[in-house]
Amino acid sequence: MDLSEFPSLSRDTLRDIRLTVDSGFKDFTRTYGETLELMLEPVKDFLIFLEGLLIDSPWFIVLAVLVGIVFLLSRNIKITIGSVIALCLIGTFGMWEDTMRTIAMVTVCTLLAIVLGIPIGIFMARSDRVQGFVNPILDLMQTMPSFVYLIPVVMIFGLGKVPGLIAIVVYAIPPMIRLTNLGIRLVDPDVLEAADAFGSSSWQKLVNVQLPLALPTIMAGINQTIMMALAMVVVAALIGVKGLGQPVVNAIANQYFTMGVMNGLAIVAIAIIFDRATQAYGKRLQKHSEVVHG
Amino acid sequence: MAEATGIEIKELYKIFGPNGKEMVQRVKDGMSKSELNEKHNHVLGLNNINISMPGGKIQVVMGLSGSGKSTLIRHINRLIDPTDGEVLYGNEDVCKMSQTELREFRRHKTAMVFQKFALLPHRTVMKNTVYGLEIQGVPMKEAEERAARWIARVGLEGFEDHYPNQLSGGMQQRVGLARALTNDADILLMDEAFSALDPLIRMDMQTVLLDLQEELHKTIVFITHDLDEALRLGDRIAILRDGAVIQQGTGQQIVLKPEDSYIADFVKEVNRGRVIRVETVMDQTKTLNTGTQIPANVMLEEAAKIFAAEGVNEASVINRSGTPVGVLTIQDTISAMVTPVAH
Repeated sequence: MDLSEFPSLSRDTLRDIRLTVDSGFKDFTRTYGETLELMLEPVKDFLIFLEGLLIDSPWFIVLAVLVGIVFLLSRNIKITIGSVIALCLIGTFGMWEDTMRTIAMVTVCTLLAIVLGIPIGIFMARSDRVQGFVNPILDLMQTMPSFVYLIPVVMIFGLGKVPGLIAIVVYAIPPMIRLTNLGIRLVDPDVLEAADAFGSSSWQKLVNVQLPLALPTIMAGINQTIMMALAMVVVAALIGVKGLGQPVVNAIANQYFTMGVMNGLAIVAIAIIFDRATQAYGKRLQKHSEVVHG
Repeated sequence: MAEATGIEIKELYKIFGPNGKEMVQRVKDGMSKSELNEKHNHVLGLNNINISMPGGKIQVVMGLSGSGKSTLIRHINRLIDPTDGEVLYGNEDVCKMSQTELREFRRHKTAMVFQKFALLPHRTVMKNTVYGLEIQGVPMKEAEERAARWIARVGLEGFEDHYPNQLSGGMQQRVGLARALTNDADILLMDEAFSALDPLIRMDMQTVLLDLQEELHKTIVFITHDLDEALRLGDRIAILRDGAVIQQGTGQQIVLKPEDSYIADFVKEVNRGRVIRVETVMDQTKTLNTGTQIPANVMLEEAAKIFAAEGVNEASVINRSGTPVGVLTIQDTISAMVTPVAH
């Protein structure tokens, strides 16, 4: 017997396993694929609406609105001016439409991640058992190479926006969940005890104490989610998501160096805008918890 | 306001650990705290506590850290569930209330002030103060009117829109006090409320509390590790050690007749001139109709000042209505003020 070789299952058995799982999944896809697709229809509609709005509106209005949002979040002139310059450069170099598509995609994905992630985070914070159950799943979602879970997603939804959306949300939601959980768990137990002593119900405690005090941490989660969603844009382009990712994929295939760099830099630019704006907002939220008086 | 209801604590036990209920019997049979810890790995938090806290008075619970005093106060609003025993408020046993009843009890009958203030950092002074009323569902306008009165009463007028981090420790605890008072609850629970403050501000807050109590007559349970504070505030004092009450009574009783050497050690450092009243020391068998007069309820230190100012050796002690009730000599005053050598 050859000791250098690990005693693995025979080729035939392995093939049978693969075939069984694959055909089982194919059956599942055939039976439920359409239902799942229908369920995601509203999200898809919203994405298409937002994309259309960003692309079809006059560019200066879109620019003004985007920059306005950045200013409202950050209340910082430097960040605002920086975003104006970045967006103008993007437009000048002919990447306006792709950038709008990407912004629409990232916005919808982030909203979805927030809507799903915060409640899951809250449940995790309330019970150690839920935490013990969800944590390994999050680990899996973050470390599993994204191409691997693109396979089933594409099998169910085909190519296009929706599978891209799912792939991005799966990749980007873990920090949202983790940081919501962490933020709530880090709330000062003394303050919680005070809330209890005044007879708060658990809903009142959540709304009045836990969520407001966890908000800065939750904001950090949103920031991370946005960053990860942007990082996935290129991968999502592989399954047909339009936007800044697609020229990059194109550039890789055809060795178009300049095109790759330009689109890559555009992604970096909007990442920085999103990051600075949300971080500055998070900092402003934290203002009252800094100790001014020793 | 109707007279506040007292609190009756009966045979209360708290044992921390997975099988607390089973361990109660062992403790009742006389197992000690250290034995319980060594053999069964359970911690005896409270051991057969019986305290009758009078309504409308300040009951101080005193003990060093680890004596169980904070655990005890948390049984009154059941932030901690007892292992065995009763906490009676009127005819109701707090330990038997359902979750809903307990919430209502906490909302309307109790208010608590915490050692570390435990204010909501994201809310202004005003929003912190209305918290209890907000939880009860009182309309915001009315709540803010009521809160504004108490904010002014604790001396924080003009600070309504400040955040807690903009205030000093003493001011933050005033917010804590205003928040508790705004609830207008019968019972005020104060868990080492002034321990985190520096001495001058602590004295100041004690005065605020005593002034308020003059008009409010709430049932106040005050936890402290400081005997001077206990003697100053407490109508009644219970001293806790290793989870058990080792002596309870008025401040005078504790200072003059400490039950054991542990308490005697404590009492040794007390400024007796500020604790013992003239009536406790005076000679009741005699009366004087002339000469210097001293009210019976003043402290010995006051009496000593009067002796020094008048230059006399003997004074007539009079009660509230002015009738002579006894005689105090300078000799008695001095020997009562000096700590006896041995107990």
